[in-house]
Amino acid sequence: MLSYLFKRIYSLIPVLFVVSVAIFLIVHITPGDPAAIILGMEATEEQIASLNEEMGLNEPIVKQYLLWVGGVLQGDFGQSYFMKEPVLDSILSHLGPTISLAILAEIVALIIAIPIGIFAAYRRGSFTDHALMVATLLGMAVPSFLLGLLLMLSFGVYLQWLPIAGYKPLTEGLWTHLRYLILPALSLGAIQAALVARMTRSSMLEVLNKNYVKTARSKGVKEHKVITKHALRNAFLPILTVIGQSFGTLVTGAVVVETIFNLPGLGQLIINSIERRDFSVIQGVVLFVTLIYVFINLIVDLLYGVIDPRVRLERK
Amino acid sequence: MEKRPLLEVKNLKTHFHTERGQITAVDGITFHLNEGEIVGVVGESGCGKSVMSQSIMRLYDEKYTAKYEGEILFQGENLLNLSKAMMQKIRGNDLSMIFQDPLSSLNPVYTIGDQIRESLMIHQNLNKREAQQKAIEMLRLTGIPAPEKRINEYPHQLSGGMQQRVMIAIALSCQPKLLIADEPTTALDVTIQAQILDLIAELNAQLGMGVIFITHDLGVVAEICTRVMVMYLGQIVEETDTDCLFSEPLHPYTRGLIKSIPQLEGERLQKLYTIDGTVPSLQKVPHGCRFASRCPYADELCKEQAPELEAYSPTQKVRCWHYKEILKKEAVHESSNE
Repeated sequence: MLSYLFKRIYSLIPVLFVVSVAIFLIVHITPGDPAAIILGMEATEEQIASLNEEMGLNEPIVKQYLLWVGGVLQGDFGQSYFMKEPVLDSILSHLGPTISLAILAEIVALIIAIPIGIFAAYRRGSFTDHALMVATLLGMAVPSFLLGLLLMLSFGVYLQWLPIAGYKPLTEGLWTHLRYLILPALSLGAIQAALVARMTRSSMLEVLNKNYVKTARSKGVKEHKVITKHALRNAFLPILTVIGQSFGTLVTGAVVVETIFNLPGLGQLIINSIERRDFSVIQGVVLFVTLIYVFINLIVDLLYGVIDPRVRLERK
Repeated sequence: MEKRPLLEVKNLKTHFHTERGQITAVDGITFHLNEGEIVGVVGESGCGKSVMSQSIMRLYDEKYTAKYEGEILFQGENLLNLSKAMMQKIRGNDLSMIFQDPLSSLNPVYTIGDQIRESLMIHQNLNKREAQQKAIEMLRLTGIPAPEKRINEYPHQLSGGMQQRVMIAIALSCQPKLLIADEPTTALDVTIQAQILDLIAELNAQLGMGVIFITHDLGVVAEICTRVMVMYLGQIVEETDTDCLFSEPLHPYTRGLIKSIPQLEGERLQKLYTIDGTVPSLQKVPHGCRFASRCPYADELCKEQAPELEAYSPTQKVRCWHYKEILKKEAVHESSNE
């Protein structure tokens, strides 16, 4: 088990190397001059040139890359040109809202999706099944920003049950924290719910025809236990894969919803940094998010083994 | 020796709703099974053996896919009238089943201990420790070595024969009165087959349960069954005791089956006998005799009208218009050979 973990972490090195090179090149090849943006419209050529010199942007690109990677390896993601603070600090201060939102959206998605998927599979071909599948199609088709605006309008503006936008950290109390996140979590969770529900349905459909489900019934196991104990656990591997992917998407791709609901998350940080040509922050965020993504996949892989003994690695 | 029937099936029909209309996979089956008796059901693939057995357990979804007709009297009570909850109490307790492919019939994500304990905890109100004890006992009874260790293993860690023993342990854990064995040896290799057959026969004698043994292997029938029903396309075409099945088969289909057993002794001068044609589809059931299209003796009558199951002797029934003539012809043929 432990050696498996080490092997997995070891195999991350090439992934992270490729990502770091790619992101570094993309950031440096795209046009736009950070010094010009920092100094504003009235800056002279000399001022810009001297700031570029100061920030090390005139060095050969390979040297710049090595300097950056060397820093990252020592836990130093560099300084933000614009915000004048260490990149890691800005990442960590924007991480909270994103993670909270992602977790809540995933919970919302799972609470809706798994029962729907199971029920639709169990009643395959029925009217309920068709109705639920149309609903999930709709859920996938409606863009999250539109859903967000609709939710904002109905629950925020008309009913006034929940705040329209903004963010309060967990330190101000769990309920205050959650109140601000419910609407964005719903608008983000809907698409994920649709995806997970469809996966749950198809995976359950396959499993419900298996012989061991018949065996369970022939043993006199109650129907709800046949479904939740015998079928669901077997159907869960593909569902878990989708959950892992959807969580990755939620952490990395909540930019639009974060903007609409004015959440100071990673999405906002990266959008703002791109506008400011804040190279070190862009690189830092992308690398950091890659790490999270890879980490989620690692957890999913480990959970496979927990659910299905056949996936467990041999322990000798 | 008067034995009271444990199971009486009367005119059982199983219909399935499919996209191409309704099909009737089991069409009017009537038979009985005495306590402690082993009855064989033979027939080709697709003849409705498995459907019949799963209908007796009521394993099909009755809301959307299947509809049953007739009566299934188990100890005098019609199973088809029972509620879902009552049926769940009987399944696995009085009525058990083992299936063809043990690996796919065991749940891959639970240990065999979990799976044996489950029915004990449902039906016998045992707590986990007692169930564990009993499960180990069952594994020992079915001849699994080192059951204390094996009980914590997963199905994929066992061999095919061991898996089927586990299935038998699950099925027998609550001491059922009736065991339905649906081709339990088909997926196993020959030596293991013999072991499993011996085990079932031994447990039948030891525990006194009735067994419905479904197979397509006549050798297996000869070995353990007292009576046999031959099924063709959803109906019983012949019912007889095992001895008569081999010495005096009546139905042309039964004769065909027996002739197609390879001879082990003597020289092999002839090609192995096969029954021509294939089983007609359930969507196009012939309205005359169902076997007519493949039967060497068929005439107009067979194509026009369906024969009924007729008693030839107290122990032998057959569904054929011409069985008497065929019998006579065979007798003449055989005496001229001598």
